[in-house]
Amino acid sequence: MINLTINNMPVQVTEGATILEAANKLGIKIPTLCHTRLDCFNVEHRSGSCRICVVEVQGRPNLAPSCCTPAMEGMIVKTNSIRAINARRTMLDLLLSDHPKDCLTCEKNLNCQLQALAHELDLHHVLYKGEQSTYNKDLSSRSIVRDLDKCIMCRRCETACNTVQTVGVLSGVKRGFEAVVAPADLRPLSESQCVFCGQCVLACPVGALTEMSYKYDVWKAINDETKTVVVQTAPAVRIAIGEEFDMEPGSIATGKMVTALKMMGFDKVFDTDFAADLTIMEETTELIERVTKNENLPILTSCCPGWVKFLEHQFPELIYMPSSAKSPQQMFGAITKSFYAEKMGLKREDIIVVSVMPCLAKKYEASREEFSTDGNPDVDIVISTRELADMIKEAGIIFDRLEDSQYDSPLGESTGAAVIFGATGGVLEAALRTAADWIAQKDIKEIDFEAVRGLEGIKEATVNVAGIELKAAVCSGLGNARALLERIQRGEAQYHAIEIMACPGGCLNGGGQPYIHGDTTILEKRLKAIYQDDQNATIRKSHENPSIKALYEEYLGKPGSHKAHELLHTGYTPRKCW
Amino acid sequence: MSSTFAPGAKTEEDNLLVKSPEKLAELESYIDSLPLSENPDRNRGFLIQSLHKAQEIFTYLPGCVQQYVADKLKLHRSEVYGVISFYSFFTDQPVGRHKINVCTGTACFVRGANKILDEFKRYLNIKEGETTPDGKFSLGALRCVGACSLAPVVMLNDKVYGNVTTKMVPEIINDCED
Repeated sequence: MINLTINNMPVQVTEGATILEAANKLGIKIPTLCHTRLDCFNVEHRSGSCRICVVEVQGRPNLAPSCCTPAMEGMIVKTNSIRAINARRTMLDLLLSDHPKDCLTCEKNLNCQLQALAHELDLHHVLYKGEQSTYNKDLSSRSIVRDLDKCIMCRRCETACNTVQTVGVLSGVKRGFEAVVAPADLRPLSESQCVFCGQCVLACPVGALTEMSYKYDVWKAINDETKTVVVQTAPAVRIAIGEEFDMEPGSIATGKMVTALKMMGFDKVFDTDFAADLTIMEETTELIERVTKNENLPILTSCCPGWVKFLEHQFPELIYMPSSAKSPQQMFGAITKSFYAEKMGLKREDIIVVSVMPCLAKKYEASREEFSTDGNPDVDIVISTRELADMIKEAGIIFDRLEDSQYDSPLGESTGAAVIFGATGGVLEAALRTAADWIAQKDIKEIDFEAVRGLEGIKEATVNVAGIELKAAVCSGLGNARALLERIQRGEAQYHAIEIMACPGGCLNGGGQPYIHGDTTILEKRLKAIYQDDQNATIRKSHENPSIKALYEEYLGKPGSHKAHELLHTGYTPRKCW
Repeated sequence: MSSTFAPGAKTEEDNLLVKSPEKLAELESYIDSLPLSENPDRNRGFLIQSLHKAQEIFTYLPGCVQQYVADKLKLHRSEVYGVISFYSFFTDQPVGRHKINVCTGTACFVRGANKILDEFKRYLNIKEGETTPDGKFSLGALRCVGACSLAPVVMLNDKVYGNVTTKMVPEIINDCED
């Protein structure tokens, strides 16, 4: 143990702990900007580049960045000496001198850590004036906007992109005043192997990385009298959206969200959970077939468009592995513009499908060519959880005072198996519930597969599914996925089925979710809420969803049928890395 | 990176590797002689020397060469590009057969290096960092060659010219024969 004194208070920390951590233990907050850590994923970014966290250490001529200076025996630290305070303000002043002061209209207004810091450090005018960086915005992708004028070179996004996700798109390039974070050759994101997971957007403390917004397109659609506008909401949205309205993290706000969507003017409020159940029907059919024939194993899940794109770029030789089942979002679009359109006597052009997703990659997924018929996409507009919250606020709806409403029928009915899609391990668990029943040909009561739950990056389990030993793995975070796939390629591991989600923790920590600003206890609460919602459900197995049964009886025939393949399955394209 | 899909030879740049198998072999044998590991974090230290070698062989570092080095070291291409764009020694643009570098270090700068540089720009009708369309000359600036007593200094390939005046610019250029 190491003993040191901070602001006249003695404190003891383990060896290797930083001054920042020691101060935190004493209840002293040292302001930080570039530093970030996500405890539950064991991720820490300490580049020490912003110098906001400097403190005075007795006997040391220079101020020390507390986020990356280890505490030493006998150290005497002052966090609030006038020298430290002045240095911090100067650093912030210099950062602001090359930062646009358009806070009022910035996407990150009120969610910006630079803005918060200016308030916290009591900085009310900018002393330094001079040249400012000017770059063209990168509007090339459907998912992520890069506005480098706002970049403060904290390089948190690089840690997210390269260390956590191992996607390898973002890197610090050039130097000095010209330094920016960009893809190789300063390419636009759309010409890179970016998978649009949006973890960089969550990591960015300022407005340099934000989502491509489609809020206004949704308002226009809702107000178009000639169109029937239906909305689908993904599983992980309901357990996070309340945070945007100061509800306790982990609040299940499904009913209020449905009410809000109806008040906003959507013609039908449906649930992606319905399509998640449908995904389970198709994917489990494929799983059982591939396991029985012992062919093309392991089967990988294909719900997550970020993960799918990662595979296409980074492991093109494994492209045969994912299930051919479309993601729930795309199944929903396909069914709405075929089965539902026919039922309502509408043409597909008459319907606009809006998705609310915890995800930025879903915006990209909806634009993939194979998900369009004659130029008309199955899913027209995708907005994130954050964007929906913004729209609810703009509509003047006081969310926390709303009564609960029910989803519309028939595409609004779902099960507990569908809601757990929102957490890492959920898709696999949902598939196992159905597989067990189908293989045993009876209603199995033990359906809680605890071994595949939790926020760990890689989980492995051998599960007994109606007498068959299934080796399964669950992965979240693309860095973990890469590690697992490489083990499989080297022949070090063998599985029957693997679930992979691009974002660490799964969709509950998706790139479109409310910002957590490093507080990972929020993610744990979201996780708990998802399994609570599953427990609360009357039906907890996808194949028992009555609307799903009816859909197969009336329209699709059997899971894996010709019609089902036509509408609900897809293929993958090998892609290049830059 | 576990793989790069279909490197192919679709562009002029991609052709460089296919067109110069002997150069590629030279780079490969150099990189293979390094004690590389499966762990990219341990390979990072070999990046700059690999790029030095690659630039020595290919004269510049086009995307395909960067990608090749990245794959060999199991690093991301973006990181390689980051390093290349950081150090002025590296270039991803084709360079001329003759490299003219004007020293703009402190001593040369105070003795009028900028005027010399401007004269080269005017005479060759290219900017700093560019190459003439015929591929004969490229022009650059560098920081101190350790010959400050001769300031201002110009380097033509490996040759040093001291006490350079604007009048000497055409002479220096005429010294170059293909």
